[in-house]
Formats: sequence, structure tokens, C-alpha cells
Amino acid sequence: MNSKTKKAYLLNAVAVFLVYIVFLTLIRFKVLSNYFGGVIILTCIMMIMALSLNIVAGFLGEMALGHAAFMAIGAYLSGFTSIAIMNAFPTAPALLVLIFSSLVGGVAAGIAGIAIGTPSLRLRGDYLGIVTIGFGEIVRIFFINFDPLGGAQGLKGIPRLTNLSYAYWITVLVVFLIFTLGVSKYGRAIMSIREDEIASEASGIPTTRVKVMAFTISSFFAGIGGSLYAHYQGYIDPDKFQFMFSIEMFVIVVLGGLGSLTGSILSAIVLTVLPELLRGFAQYRLLIYSLALVIMMIFRPQGMLGRTEFSLYHLIYVLTNKREPYKKGSIDGGKSS
Amino acid sequence: MLKVKDLNVYYGKIHAIKGIDFDVKNGEIVTLIGANGAGKTTTLKTISGILKAEKGVISFDGENITRIKPHLIPDFGVAHVPEGRQVFAQMSVYENLIMGAFIRKDKREIANDIEMVYTYFPRLKERHKQLAGTLSGGEQQMLAIGRALMTKPKLLLLDEPSMGLAPILVDEIFSMIQTINGAGTTILLVEQNANKALRIAHRGYVLETGVIKLTGTSEELMSNDEVRSAYLGG
Repeated sequence: MNSKTKKAYLLNAVAVFLVYIVFLTLIRFKVLSNYFGGVIILTCIMMIMALSLNIVAGFLGEMALGHAAFMAIGAYLSGFTSIAIMNAFPTAPALLVLIFSSLVGGVAAGIAGIAIGTPSLRLRGDYLGIVTIGFGEIVRIFFINFDPLGGAQGLKGIPRLTNLSYAYWITVLVVFLIFTLGVSKYGRAIMSIREDEIASEASGIPTTRVKVMAFTISSFFAGIGGSLYAHYQGYIDPDKFQFMFSIEMFVIVVLGGLGSLTGSILSAIVLTVLPELLRGFAQYRLLIYSLALVIMMIFRPQGMLGRTEFSLYHLIYVLTNKREPYKKGSIDGGKSS
Repeated sequence: MLKVKDLNVYYGKIHAIKGIDFDVKNGEIVTLIGANGAGKTTTLKTISGILKAEKGVISFDGENITRIKPHLIPDFGVAHVPEGRQVFAQMSVYENLIMGAFIRKDKREIANDIEMVYTYFPRLKERHKQLAGTLSGGEQQMLAIGRALMTKPKLLLLDEPSMGLAPILVDEIFSMIQTINGAGTTILLVEQNANKALRIAHRGYVLETGVIKLTGTSEELMSNDEVRSAYLGG
């Protein structure tokens, strides 16, 4: 790690911390309402969902339209786990319970990822899209009919462990991990399969295994997102995880730019906060929202950031020196958050 | 080094390779020449495991590699440069080379080998941060060869390196193939440009609709009347 990357990491860490302090003080002194705190938590969850989907949709370049299903698996399994723990040890520390049950949810979603990825990743493009849609519906209908986990009424009584701080820092951790994956050897292997499968195999990359690995990591983080969601809402409604929800996440990723992690973050913020801000114009909300999408697709079809990454270090460098130091990095070379 | 015996390959019902035998000895440049659809690319893809042989044996350094999965072939010391310059377009030149060294762990040697590729192809060094997709055709071919060299191969399989390139670049690439061979890498070269291929090769095989029609040293093939009229335009 050279000094420039070190500086960039430090700068990002400081920025992440400052943003946290600012939001926390604003909410403490009631400048922002608790309701807005909730919006921030939801934004964090959508960020995790979009980033994890970006591993499959952006890095691997495959159409995965069943992301909500992995979120559902994570939500249900983690919710069930934390209910059980809280019943057995009512005084257990909240953070530990949240982390443990999130891991349970994540691992369960990851296993589901292996199960669905191994047979279906032989398919490509629209065919894989259709299989994942089918899988998503199967999972939702399973939970609607599975009474031990609440059935159609949903799972109630999940301890509401997710608060602003936990959601924020878990999101920061997930962002960091996925960025690390993006610049690692295996992250590059995932991207090289997107670029050219035959050439990847000729370079010795076990393409089937790497694809399933990408799919599994993606579903693992989706499970974590699901867990945060379950512990924020306090109950899970199986109808939340409909096909449209998967599409919503896909739209976030595409709008941010396929393969751009900072793009996904930005886009998750915009597409979660915007509908909330437009609540006042309830009638026109959907209209404005869709119009924004259409305009975006016409003028910037590659997404807000395309394949490039936003870098705070780079921005400050440019602002202070008033010139371009070098070409903006893509995720393949980008190291910023 | 490489021995192919009675190789038969099918595409569905089509019998593409009909029992061919050939071998490549250590240190040689051997070329497979032939027209479109003769089965040259099919042969290379079968050696590197991308296609399955119906019948026959491919052995390398005494080991049977006929049914080895494609991603394990580089471990044996065989590197395949696929047809049509298949570089990782959205990655930089440097990252393409790093991906070539995927199976290796010795960081210092990987860095050395990248320098070695840069000395073979100085143009890649100039463009090491550029995305591979923005390189010219000739530079992409250089990169594809460089990436294959990063696996540290004993045998390099080259599929139509001259395809779609300007004549001056073809000369440059072919002289580089000779340099790489001089540094100790054995080469199996598949080419439609028989003239250029035979000029640098030690031996050649003429492939026609899945069978080997002729074989001999490059001089013999170049002076053979059939080869001259069919492939050398004279």
C-alpha cells in the first residue's frame, strides 16, 4: 500500500466518521426528526442490497432478478434466531444478538445462493434472469405458506435491535468488504469472466467456481441487509419481498452504473430519499420518480457514474490543485469509498 | 513434448477432426496451416480442454491431458491464446497481465515477468494504465500473448495471431514469436497466413477438413507444389 492509497483510506475514514457525527447530532438536537433517522436506516439497508447485487449484476455482469428472495431468507432466519435468543436470554446485549443473528441470516442466504447458483449459473443473460425470478417467487410463496414462521401474516415480535448507529456502521463495514473484494485477486477474476469466459479459463481461472462464489457472496450480504431490515421493522411481511422489490434494487444498481460501487451508493441514497421527500406531492410522486428514470436512461444510459468510481481523495486533489492528476479510476483500479 | 494421437472431435453430429496425429518437440515452432473450417482452431481448443475429444489421446510431457478441465491446463505449462484477441476489455493492460498470473503466487517473480513482457512489447508498457479495450488491434494481440506468457508456459498455443492486423504489425508479432521461442518457449501456431507461418516455423502440418494432408519441414512444405498452389498463392 503506497502513501497515496493510505492517505485516501484515511480521508475516507475521516469523512465516514464526520458524516456519522453530523447525523447523530442533528437527530439528537431534533433538527432532523426521528422519522428522518428511519429514512437513513432504510437508505443504509438499500445501500447494502444494491452493493451486494452489484457483485452479480456489475462485477459478474449477469442478470439476477431474485435479490429480494435472498433478503427474505436473511430476514426470516435472522428474525427467528433473535426471537429465540431473546426468549432464552432476555438480557443479552443488543449488538451481539444483532450481529449473531445477522450472520445466521447471511449464511442461510449464502447457502441458498450456492443451491440456486450451482445449477443456474450455466445459463446466461435473460435465461438466468427468468430462473432467478422463478426462485424469488418460490421463496416468497414458501414463506407465505410456512406457518412456523408466521405464514401470510408475517413474522411478528422481532426485537427492534437496528438503530441508526448499528445500521450505519454495519453498512460501512459491508461497503469496505465489498470494495476490498472489488480490488482483490478474486474480485478481478469475477470481472474477467464478465469480459471473456474463454480467456479467463485459459488463464487458469476456475470460472464455474468463481461464478458460484460471486453469487454466494452477493446473497450473503443480501441476507445481512435482510436481517437489518427485519430488526428495524420488528415484523416481516412476506409480501414485501415481491418481484417488484428485486426490480427496484436492480434499478438502483443500473442507475448508479453497473460495476460502480460508489454509483450504487449514490443511487441508493437518491432513490430512497427522493420518494420520501416527494411524499408531500403524494399524487405526483410516482410521476416524478418515473420521469427521473426516463430522463436518466435517455441522457446517461451507462448510469450516474458509469463504470468509474467517485474518489474523495481525487476530488480534493482536483479542487486544491485545480487540475486533473490522472485519469479517474474504474472499479478495476478504484480504491475509494 | 506434445503428442496428439488419433484425435477425433465432434460438434454435435459434425465430425470436425477425423483422427489426426501430430507432435511438437521441445523448443520447436510447429504450425498447423489450412483453410477456413479445416479444424485448426478446433484442434487447439481440444488441446486446451475447451472442447472434448470423442476419441484419441493428447499427452504433454508424458502426462495424459485429454480430459483435463480447461482452467487446470495452465498448471501443466500449456497456455492458450484464443482466436480474435480476447483481452479483458474493461481492465487495464497491467491488470490483464496480472490476471494471466492468476495460478501463480510468487509475487516477486510475477513482477519480474511483467517487466519481461514489457521488454518484449514496449508498447504495452507505455499503455499499462490504459483499458485494454481501447488498444489497437495489434496491441491487443500483443497483450493476449503477454497474458498467456504470464502463466509461465512451456508450450504456447497461438490461434491466428495475424487475424485482422496490418501487414507491418503481423511482421512485428511474428518476429516476437520467434524471440519468445528463442527464449525457450515451445510454440504451436495455427495460421491461415501460411506464408508467414512457414517462414518462422521449423515444421508444419497441413490440415484439410479434419485430416492431416501433408507434413514436413517448413522448407519442404514451402517448395511443395500442392501447398504452393493452395496456400501460398503461387
